Amino acid sequence: MTDLLNVDGLDAGYGDFQALFDLSLRVAQGETVAIIGANGAGKTTLLKTVAGLVRASGGAIRFAGRDLRSLPAHKRVGMGIALVPEGRRLFGSLSVRENLLIGGHTGRRGDWTLEAVLDLFPLLKLIQRRSSATLSGGEQQMVAIGRALMSNPRLVLLDEVSLGLAPTVVKDLYAALPSVVSGGMTAVVVEQDIEQALSVADRVYCMLEGRVSLQGRPDDLDHAQITTAYFGM
Amino acid sequence: MDWLNAVIQGILLGGLYALFATGLSLAFGVLRFVNLAHGDLAILGAYLAFSSISTFDVNVWATFGIVVPIMFAVGYIAQRGLFDFTLGEDPLPGILVSFGLGVVIQNALLVHYSATDRGLSVGSLATESIRISDDISVGWFPLIILLVAVGLLGGMQLFLSFTPLGRAFRAVSDDRDTARLMGIDHRNLYGLAMGIAFATVAVAGIFLGSRTTFAPAQGPSQLLFAFEAVVIGGLGSLWGTLLGGIVLGVAQTLGNQIDVDYGWMGGVLLGHLVFLAVLAFRPAGLLGARS
Repeated sequence: MTDLLNVDGLDAGYGDFQALFDLSLRVAQGETVAIIGANGAGKTTLLKTVAGLVRASGGAIRFAGRDLRSLPAHKRVGMGIALVPEGRRLFGSLSVRENLLIGGHTGRRGDWTLEAVLDLFPLLKLIQRRSSATLSGGEQQMVAIGRALMSNPRLVLLDEVSLGLAPTVVKDLYAALPSVVSGGMTAVVVEQDIEQALSVADRVYCMLEGRVSLQGRPDDLDHAQITTAYFGM
Repeated sequence: MDWLNAVIQGILLGGLYALFATGLSLAFGVLRFVNLAHGDLAILGAYLAFSSISTFDVNVWATFGIVVPIMFAVGYIAQRGLFDFTLGEDPLPGILVSFGLGVVIQNALLVHYSATDRGLSVGSLATESIRISDDISVGWFPLIILLVAVGLLGGMQLFLSFTPLGRAFRAVSDDRDTARLMGIDHRNLYGLAMGIAFATVAVAGIFLGSRTTFAPAQGPSQLLFAFEAVVIGGLGSLWGTLLGGIVLGVAQTLGNQIDVDYGWMGGVLLGHLVFLAVLAFRPAGLLGARS
């Protein structure tokens, strides 16, 4: 399998605060890779750096062989990278429908039309005209995922989809994941919920304090290994 | 009857204030940028119209076609070439830079045109009016200004609500970083927003120059009225900007009327008092979001 995303020796952070240290990982075409780790491990920073919101200070990020370092965030969507941000980050002035439509701003063609997204999350059909500010957490997450899909990405980055949501809601959301990746979509899933992450991933990376502390297939990793890598004990 | 007339004249005056305020409201709404050069830009627009009339031998109405596109381009360049570098968490650099720009504009105008009062002529339109009753008449020119203000604000609201680019504007003002994740080039959008702001304030400036005389140092007082109109109406609401302009206009004309009848008041003073009252009791403005 060819690598779609290749992160090589990445250093990144916020001003004087470095969050990622010489971090390397790869995601093959069509894979679902999970990234787990405690708060502050740098998972969100990693996704934001790949998406272009955080500037890398060292190392390389290659997407489909192309170096992303000099490419601004708004151009990366056009290449096929979509981020579902931590905390949903819906546009408050826009309705549910408008949030989905703006996901298609770049005009990338593909299977994910507005109709397809609404079929994936039928609940959204009923609340299309509602202001996004009035939605429950689960509804917001559906819109956020749908919005990312509207750009017909090759790589979708899901940042803590379960954050602040009830377990049943999280289950329903992850039940939709197979439909998302069935067309060959590559996905990176950042999750605090380890069980959930291990159940959907082809491979797992564990991060600790800005570095990769463990990687492998879920079947090959045991509980003790993960705990050590997660907490750094 | 005097009072009713004062209110009507105030509403008409409010149209001009709303035009002034539109650009300020847009710049703050989309970019979170407080443009202290805003009033000076209006005066610049008036002077550009003045020069256009003498250079091209056209009338005031034609100058809109010349000055507005120029000011739009100036606004886009000012944003991408200057204001962009001041944007960040701290609003102070932007305020200082726009203040400096205002000073530069004032002095450049003073050097080029001298301090003599100038005016733009709309001919007989300046004094023509519609007679409503024995005591009340509505000037054609102020009415046109009000209609242009309503039209412009209405047009902008339609643009924001129903076009993809308008949707992108709203998204950028909600959450700039997430808008970038949608593929929106926020720098370009900021440039467009500032271009529109400069263009609308130029329209206001040309109207101002046709209603009264103007001189290089007049910018700051216009800025103050625009600022008051935006705050009274509420930040982030276009219709609020219209309402704020009208409330301010009416407060000023009523204040003048009170002064005529009772003394101790003034038009501008009552306007300031209303502004202070809104800040004290409803800081979000009349149509602003309660947060």
